[in-house]
Amino acid sequence: MAKFVIQRFIIMVLMLAALSIIVFITIELPPGDYADRRALHLRSAGVTVTSDDVESLRHILGLDRPWYVRYFNWISNIVLHGNFGQSFGLHLPVTEVLGQRVGLTIMLAVATIIFTYGLAIPIGIYSAIRQYSLGDYAATIVGYFGMATPSFMLALILLYFSVMVIGTSVGGLFSPEYNEAPWSWGKFVDLLRHLWVPALVLGLAGTAFEIRTMRATLLDEKNKLYVTAARAKGLPEWKLLMKYPVRVALNPIVSTIGWELTAIIAGAPLVSFVLALPDTGPLFLTALLDQDTYLSGAILLMYAALTILGTFLSDVLLAVLDPRIRYGERV
Amino acid sequence: MGKGFDMTQITEAVDVTPRPTPPPSVIARDAEIKYYTASQFQLMWWKFKKHRLALIGMVILGIFVFIALFAEFLSPYTPGARTPNYLFGGPQGLHFVDADGNFHLRPFTYALSAAMDPETFLLEVKEDTSDPWPVYFFVKGDPYKMWGLIESDIHLFGVEEGHLHLLGTDQLGRDLLSRLFHATRTSLTIGVVGLFISFFLGLIIGGISGFFGGSIDEVIQRFIEFIRSIPTLPLWMALAASLPREWSPQRVYFTITILLGLLGWTHLARRVRGKLLSLREEDFVVAARIAGSSDARIIARHLLPSFLSYIIVDLSISFPYMILAETSLSFIGLGLRAPVISWGVLLQDAQNIQAIALYPWLFTPVAFVIISVMAFSFVGDGMRDAADPYSR
Repeated sequence: MAKFVIQRFIIMVLMLAALSIIVFITIELPPGDYADRRALHLRSAGVTVTSDDVESLRHILGLDRPWYVRYFNWISNIVLHGNFGQSFGLHLPVTEVLGQRVGLTIMLAVATIIFTYGLAIPIGIYSAIRQYSLGDYAATIVGYFGMATPSFMLALILLYFSVMVIGTSVGGLFSPEYNEAPWSWGKFVDLLRHLWVPALVLGLAGTAFEIRTMRATLLDEKNKLYVTAARAKGLPEWKLLMKYPVRVALNPIVSTIGWELTAIIAGAPLVSFVLALPDTGPLFLTALLDQDTYLSGAILLMYAALTILGTFLSDVLLAVLDPRIRYGERV
Repeated sequence: MGKGFDMTQITEAVDVTPRPTPPPSVIARDAEIKYYTASQFQLMWWKFKKHRLALIGMVILGIFVFIALFAEFLSPYTPGARTPNYLFGGPQGLHFVDADGNFHLRPFTYALSAAMDPETFLLEVKEDTSDPWPVYFFVKGDPYKMWGLIESDIHLFGVEEGHLHLLGTDQLGRDLLSRLFHATRTSLTIGVVGLFISFFLGLIIGGISGFFGGSIDEVIQRFIEFIRSIPTLPLWMALAASLPREWSPQRVYFTITILLGLLGWTHLARRVRGKLLSLREEDFVVAARIAGSSDARIIARHLLPSFLSYIIVDLSISFPYMILAETSLSFIGLGLRAPVISWGVLLQDAQNIQAIALYPWLFTPVAFVIISVMAFSFVGDGMRDAADPYSR
């Protein structure tokens, strides 16, 4: 087990390293560098900046060095000092801009995962044992719609109905009185009351997919001989179901947690933008539109790190659930 | 070939000479002959036909393709044409019964006027029933160039006096229906071109991986796993955002298409590799090799045909992702830009609550996206079942 976890951990670190290079490329891609932008900003403020000044700034910041030196500076600043660089647009350190928004994004992702699996597993079990029932059909239809609708459009639709039918918007994460308030129990409860909307929106596609997987595996499993044997032995139906086929059917579901998380993180910025959530999503989009590359790069790195961490955790979880994986067998 | 493929049965079946009134047993045997002598494509089609949702999806996609092909002719206006006195105008209804209760076979529409109710401050839309505008087929309207080649000014339907906006207009008074038709063309073409790029990349990289195996395979597989663990959409947003702002919309259009093409190849490469690895050891490949066929001939004549159907299935499944990625990118302003029109570009107008509450008709492109994606998933499902026609 320990060997397996260490092996996965090493893979995770390698992947993070490779990712940071890709993120660095997106930071460097737009024409012009930090010195150019700084000069542009100063000029717009009425300060005369000569091209010599720009060159010397570039030299001081090490921007005239080859790319691998620049990459090394950037990454070592992040790893050693937690310094993600400067935001061009807001003239603040990136870490300061991000602040507690990162926490909200992580909370949103976790809430969505809990929501997805909390709904998918019971509904999947129900759909399998009551195959072709009304509820099963309803789950299938909602599932098709959920998988076909991109999450940001679902957010738009929800917004549309909340405005047209209820008359209020479902956007935001806090009630107005808690917007600027410091963290307290009341604020946390208020957050949870708002969080289910984006969690529903982000999780619907994944929920639909997991319901289908759960239903299909369980349908395969429940007609196998070991189930019949257990039934013949006289086990009560409910206990029998939970103890054997459901446990087997959980494996393919758990193994996709990593993908689910990737999909959730991929959809999150747009949903946050549409629902006007105060997390990293809208910030990411404005940073991209303004080519505020250090800010967008930091957020992109965070998103990618989250998914890689999620994949690592789901691998470990799967190993806990399934001894075949623990002992290094190919399944 | 899973299902009992019995040579004696076939030779026996082929020997049966047709009779004027065949007894039931022969009819059953005829069906059997039909099954055993059918080409692979025919078998697939029979199987596909049984999937009702897939057929419906196919019809819907056909309509979309038709719209995309004949957008200029089908839409009542050109996408840039403005009705200056009808900005943010709501959808005009078609009527058959006039104000006096008389029925007309030719539909007509009324001018709409919006006025603020002095008490409730709500906008009230009124129809001016005194002056109906009849709708005609094949009316002369704005001149256009079909596919940039054929000049014409005939539109499928329209009005000769007044204006006709079945889905309303945007903030410049441009007809939403016409713009949607043109956007359908852009969005579908982007998907198709992106798909072709994915197809080639997947085929080549997956082919290399599966055919050579060994350490090359190992490296490529790790690389694919790495790419798939990245949340693609944010990464693509970042890449799209770094395109220079001064590029022309056409150049951006071109680049975004390529970017989308780079999105879908990993899935396909895996499939190609897996199939190649399992097929390499099959008897018919070994037989071909012993018979002295070259590698190129084995790949082209034996391997490719046997997994082409799976590739087509995978392509049909990844098409929605292309459309969704394009829509998402354009929606937030990182993808296509005006004057290029796509579903995502149209949806830029429906970004905020205000627009949704005041001008809900700007929201119709969402329906187009969802319907097309659902149709594609249905067709994909049907094709997946049909791809292996021998498993009954």
